[in-house]
Amino acid sequence: MDRRSFLTLSAASLGAGALLHFTPAKAALSHFARRNGEAPNPFSFVQLSDTHVGHPLGTNAFERAVDMINRLDPQPDLILFTGDLTHDSEDPAEHAKRMKSFQSIAGRLRVRNRFHVPGEHDAALDGGTLFREHFGDAHYSFDHRGVHFVGIDNVSEGKPQVGKEQIAWLRRDVARFGHTTPIVVFTHRPLFDLKPDWEWFTTDGDEVMNVLAPYDNVTILYGHIHRAHHHTAGNAQHHAARSLIFGFPDPATTEEKKPLAFDKEHPFANLGIRQIAAPGLAINDVELTAREFSGTEGIQQLRKGGSL
Amino acid sequence: MKKKLFMFVLVVVINAKRFEFSPSEVHLKRGEPVTIRLVSSDRKHGLMSKPLGIELDGNDEVTITPASAGTFRAICDHYCGMGHGNMKMTFVVE
Repeated sequence: MDRRSFLTLSAASLGAGALLHFTPAKAALSHFARRNGEAPNPFSFVQLSDTHVGHPLGTNAFERAVDMINRLDPQPDLILFTGDLTHDSEDPAEHAKRMKSFQSIAGRLRVRNRFHVPGEHDAALDGGTLFREHFGDAHYSFDHRGVHFVGIDNVSEGKPQVGKEQIAWLRRDVARFGHTTPIVVFTHRPLFDLKPDWEWFTTDGDEVMNVLAPYDNVTILYGHIHRAHHHTAGNAQHHAARSLIFGFPDPATTEEKKPLAFDKEHPFANLGIRQIAAPGLAINDVELTAREFSGTEGIQQLRKGGSL
Repeated sequence: MKKKLFMFVLVVVINAKRFEFSPSEVHLKRGEPVTIRLVSSDRKHGLMSKPLGIELDGNDEVTITPASAGTFRAICDHYCGMGHGNMKMTFVVE
């Protein structure tokens, strides 16, 4: 059986983040049940990234995303936050305040199963101490309806790095699963060399992917780059979520990593709805209309620009 | 009596402090070994240029032999606070 027949992972961007549906192919159900003892059931979950609570541009887009998710029917099973929950501060007390502010906004979500990994703004200055105080471990795994989820921390060492200890943990963690088990890894930075000059990479990302290489159904969800991006290598598909603060440009078009300026001619560039469906990862871009996003703070934030 | 052979290698010291490198531009010669020494003066910084084989952290050094001419960007890849994203320098290999 071709690996692509195992599952359908489809995603619709919320303009900021992504709603993902996990739908195993019928033929896969009995196969999983036979191999793993548990057949995965269809479900949906949401990825949100780079909320940067505490950034001068504010939290309005994050709050809007919370409202959008609360209106989803049915509600997603899980919400994954892939880092840069907060904008950092040199003052630990101020940074702690920002983490509490994040928790206050996220606490309005009807979905209670929420999982977090840190971004460099959350954890790189203090080795993740404050993050762990507020959100628990920075790397961990859990199972949900036949899918194995793994949160990977590639920021707390200060560098874009996972580290030998965590990679050894990952090797032990996934060793108990059959190679057909669907695995979803969520992390902050890309685990491949997307644009090293812009720090869009993880030094030992190859080692992580080597651990995952024997597995047939691997999906990597990450943030950090503030734009949608899709990449396939081996058996793994890598998907980046948009940010909730501002977008970064396509590195193929410019050498400078600067937040996207507001473009009157293309006000919804990088903000549209994107649907993805496997097999084949067919991408269907849907352009938003002015009516749908008029007056939202998301657009206002883009007008103001921003910096990291 | 054995003769000792010495090879003199140019050492380039790069001082790093938030959020700049000094010097911000260094000229190297293709095919000539050079030692790049990173000195982090206020807190830990990184110096990374994949094409040149430079991956330094904190206070460290590496000897490289640039293989091809060109202009190469190097960045701080050890997060050092606000402004870290723009902490970069240039190596020009002639």
